[in-house]
Amino acid sequence: MRDFSYVRAASIDAARQAAALPGAKLLAGGTTLIDLAKCGVAQPDSLVDITHLKGLDRIQVDERGATIGALARMGHVADHAGIKSQFPAVSEALWQAASAQIRNMATIGGNLMQRTRCPYFRDPANFPACNKREPGSGCSAIGGVTRGHAVLGTSEACIAMYPGDLAAALIAFDAMIHLGERRTSVDEFFLAPGATPDREHAIEPGEMITAIEIPSSAAARRSTYLKIRDRQSYEFAAASAAVGIEFEADGRTIRDLRVALGGVATRPWRARAVEDALKGKVLEPEAVRAASLLAVEGAVDHGANRYKIELAPRVVARAILKLGETP
Amino acid sequence: MTVHIKSHGDASDGVLAEAVGGRLSRVDGPAKITGAARYAVEQQLDGLVHAVLVDSTIAAGKVRAIDTARAEAAPGVLKVLTPDTIIGLRTASDWFGTPPPDKPYCPLARDITFSGQHVAAVVAETFEQAVAAAALVEVSYDETPAIVDLSDGKAGDGMPVDAMTKEWGDAPAAFAAAPVRICAAYNTPREYQAPMEPHGLIARWEGDRLTVWEPSQWLDGMARTYAEWFSVPFENVRLVSPYIGGGFGSKALALSHGAVAAYAARMLSRPVKLVLTRPQTFTGYGGRAATRQTVTIGAGLDGVIQSIVHRGVNETSIDGMWVEPLGSVTAIMYATQNFSSRQNVVRVNSVVPGAMRAPGENPSAFGIECAIDELAYEIGIDPLEIRLRNYAEQDPHAKKAWSTRQLREAFATGAERFGWARRTPEPRSMRDGNQLIGWGVAAGTYPVRRAHGEAIVRILADGSVEVESSSIDMGQGTYTILAQTAAETLGVPADTVVVKLGDSRFPRAGVTGGSRLAGVMTGAVYKAATSALDQLVGLAISDPRSPFHALQANTLVVANGRIASPRGDGPDVSIAELLSGIGLDRIEAIGDTMPANATAEDRYKNYTTISMALPHTEGDYSRHSWCAHFIEVRVDEDFGTVRVSRVVSALDSGRLYNPKLAESQWKGGIIMGIGQALLEEGIVDRRHGRIVNDNLADYLVPTNADIPDIEVISVGIPDLHSSVLGGKGVGELAIVGVAPAIANAVFHATGKRIRDLPITLEKLI
Repeated sequence: MRDFSYVRAASIDAARQAAALPGAKLLAGGTTLIDLAKCGVAQPDSLVDITHLKGLDRIQVDERGATIGALARMGHVADHAGIKSQFPAVSEALWQAASAQIRNMATIGGNLMQRTRCPYFRDPANFPACNKREPGSGCSAIGGVTRGHAVLGTSEACIAMYPGDLAAALIAFDAMIHLGERRTSVDEFFLAPGATPDREHAIEPGEMITAIEIPSSAAARRSTYLKIRDRQSYEFAAASAAVGIEFEADGRTIRDLRVALGGVATRPWRARAVEDALKGKVLEPEAVRAASLLAVEGAVDHGANRYKIELAPRVVARAILKLGETP
Repeated sequence: MTVHIKSHGDASDGVLAEAVGGRLSRVDGPAKITGAARYAVEQQLDGLVHAVLVDSTIAAGKVRAIDTARAEAAPGVLKVLTPDTIIGLRTASDWFGTPPPDKPYCPLARDITFSGQHVAAVVAETFEQAVAAAALVEVSYDETPAIVDLSDGKAGDGMPVDAMTKEWGDAPAAFAAAPVRICAAYNTPREYQAPMEPHGLIARWEGDRLTVWEPSQWLDGMARTYAEWFSVPFENVRLVSPYIGGGFGSKALALSHGAVAAYAARMLSRPVKLVLTRPQTFTGYGGRAATRQTVTIGAGLDGVIQSIVHRGVNETSIDGMWVEPLGSVTAIMYATQNFSSRQNVVRVNSVVPGAMRAPGENPSAFGIECAIDELAYEIGIDPLEIRLRNYAEQDPHAKKAWSTRQLREAFATGAERFGWARRTPEPRSMRDGNQLIGWGVAAGTYPVRRAHGEAIVRILADGSVEVESSSIDMGQGTYTILAQTAAETLGVPADTVVVKLGDSRFPRAGVTGGSRLAGVMTGAVYKAATSALDQLVGLAISDPRSPFHALQANTLVVANGRIASPRGDGPDVSIAELLSGIGLDRIEAIGDTMPANATAEDRYKNYTTISMALPHTEGDYSRHSWCAHFIEVRVDEDFGTVRVSRVVSALDSGRLYNPKLAESQWKGGIIMGIGQALLEEGIVDRRHGRIVNDNLADYLVPTNADIPDIEVISVGIPDLHSSVLGGKGVGELAIVGVAPAIANAVFHATGKRIRDLPITLEKLI
């Protein structure tokens, strides 16, 4: 039997020290880690349980923004009145993610650390080649079943899709991640696969996510998360868009626009080209649809996932137009 | 088990909830909801050890070598089984009872014909030890090219299945002469039963007697297989399966993993538990075979069909045979003078496909019920109207009268409740913002399969009643309807009846599949209860110690657990008082539906094979259940997502023994049909010949959010040609026709014909 040790961290510092050891993993909600351990992908030597640390589950929202403790549960954040009013896209991304049971277990910090759903990554027994799991072993997905794989941010080493919803909303609104002494932007935190798909996050051994901070903005207050998928619930996105908008005083001219994509890229994907194309313009359906096509600039398909290149701009356009309609 | 009729049931049909035909709630419900129901692999046994399988990672080739050294050295490991260490098992007969070839059987494979085939097994003291050690078993292979699926260039056209050929008239000539001709190809993918409870078992030997706790749709059939594998008498094998967490056809047969567990248990003299992992539920046994059909219809300008030519193909495995009868609905749904249906099977490197809800009828209906919709549009006739113009007044294939066919009533009732008359026929003519709205209709049918069953009914000293049968309840309501049958027949409250099922020591029953069990077992319980009642009344009249003895009555009335004279002018005592008075502690009767001259061998064959099943066209009648589905979809014109927003289905299952439970099964079938239409598909990696979405995150079934309110309406009438009490089939029926109704609705919404299931967004975007 594959033994591992279990320690319940007494403090943040103790957790960070314990988790810095080789083979150690932080354990919060466990909805990703235990799942991956069961399918043979994660093989931790020790689990450092941080669920009992005090004060890490706080959610604070004020005029400057939101600070969400790393141990806040997805379900609690989704239902938080301040999040719902100041950051509707964040709440919507969360309640459309996973299932109620998982949202009640999974933490925000763990959510950011969730890993790809690539079926080749998750099945080491049948598909030994996976650069994300075993650097240099190759990619089983390329040339295989790719319907759920990324079309943006891919490399020759890896086309695994980043499956999360929350991070798309976070990257749209310039959220920062607290890692103890240092802070980093969500944009910097998530790494494209490049030649090193095993390295997914800009986090060092001994670092631990303690909180997420989202600055308030008019665009965040008028925001939404639109998620399109095969079934209505409990599925990862075929394509999704986190969008926020701020109008000039005329109520029609776009002052600020935020667009990020989920379900189509190897990491949370900010579509700045769409934002830049529409800022300063009057919100008008044809212009929105045309600009939304920029969301998939540079996209590369692998056959069965080609539909995502069609779909993603339509999701972006619908989300922008929907925000334009709602006062 | 206690039944609280008044708090859970209702009598909205005007029938007392506890009587046959009443809406009694499931008597096993509380045990399942509270967790008191103990499923097969939850048995707590002393000395239990755990087995974990090692599966092939190639789809075709040979096992070159298996290195077990590291696994054997791992902590807790008791035994590593390989093809070389399983000795002495014999090949068992198939489910028809065909005598098996006299050769050894090995449930672990040396010759690999599909990815996921079991090649080794590790038994250890704990489950975790077995899992860890299984990962240490090193298997090397000599791999050969695999035939991955029907579209593989190496697959070829397959072999004709002559038994599937159905022909009359001159279909090709009539087609050539027809003024209107359509031809289209329809494909369905591999689909999986995906029961919530995975397959698994606990096997325990005591000497040469084997007990197996295993979810089972067929205790006696599986007991026979175990007995034959291990060369022990049938009576020495006991199957126990009181609760089943979903089967959908997949739990009717003993499978190779069962042989592995039972073998290990005998070898180690310890009870062994083996449970398939979720991925193994996609490779350890077969789901629905992938199918291809071509439907060609020639018709007059009035829409009357003149010819149907149908060709079908289904996948089977390299060394097994599964025929999915694709012409089954095609041949009987519509009247036609000229008909031809033929079918091939194609061998591919997959596990042998198996039974899944309405095998045959389900894909068959997808072909013909889409094709007739295409014909309606080709001619410009309402899709409902064209079905009525081609209504089959008798079985066009068997040329026999229907026993009952309330399909016209189903069309009329369903259309009325759905509001079909308000439909505008042109595609893309109904919309709500970005949502294109489509209304589709399709019919379904399933034959009435019949066999025989037996049951014991026991009236105990306290007046309570026991019913025992080796039949099972996998959620469809056997416990409940047998309690209702015994209660009504005996004249006792249903909450005094305890039904015991799922133990092969009880009086026997055939397979629970093909929607036959309710008709068979209500008949057997009715007969047993009638016999017990006759004994009770006979004793009450004739026994000198009975208070009724002096009455010199011909008969007595038993109602609500009390016995009285018909005119109410004599004694009135409870059953318990009577039994105590005449000094009996029980009255017991066995009843069965077998012919009176049935031999012991007939009975054994009936209960352990399907060879004694009665053809649905036996005698003067053709017996089928029928249904019509009316379905509304909303298709987002930008995203291609299809959502089912309304379902009205009218169904003819004959007499319903319990409408509440029948409606629940119908709705379950419709929900499964929605999944089939929009979500379900086993996706093969063509390089590896392996299903990659072998889990419930990637193999999608509907969630609650995908299911709208479903209205089901019974239009059936009692059909005494089909069963003792007048019921036809319920469980298989309702899925048949759902997928074509949705595909037809999608066409109406979008103008696009999607002939390949599932209808996913990229096909519409």
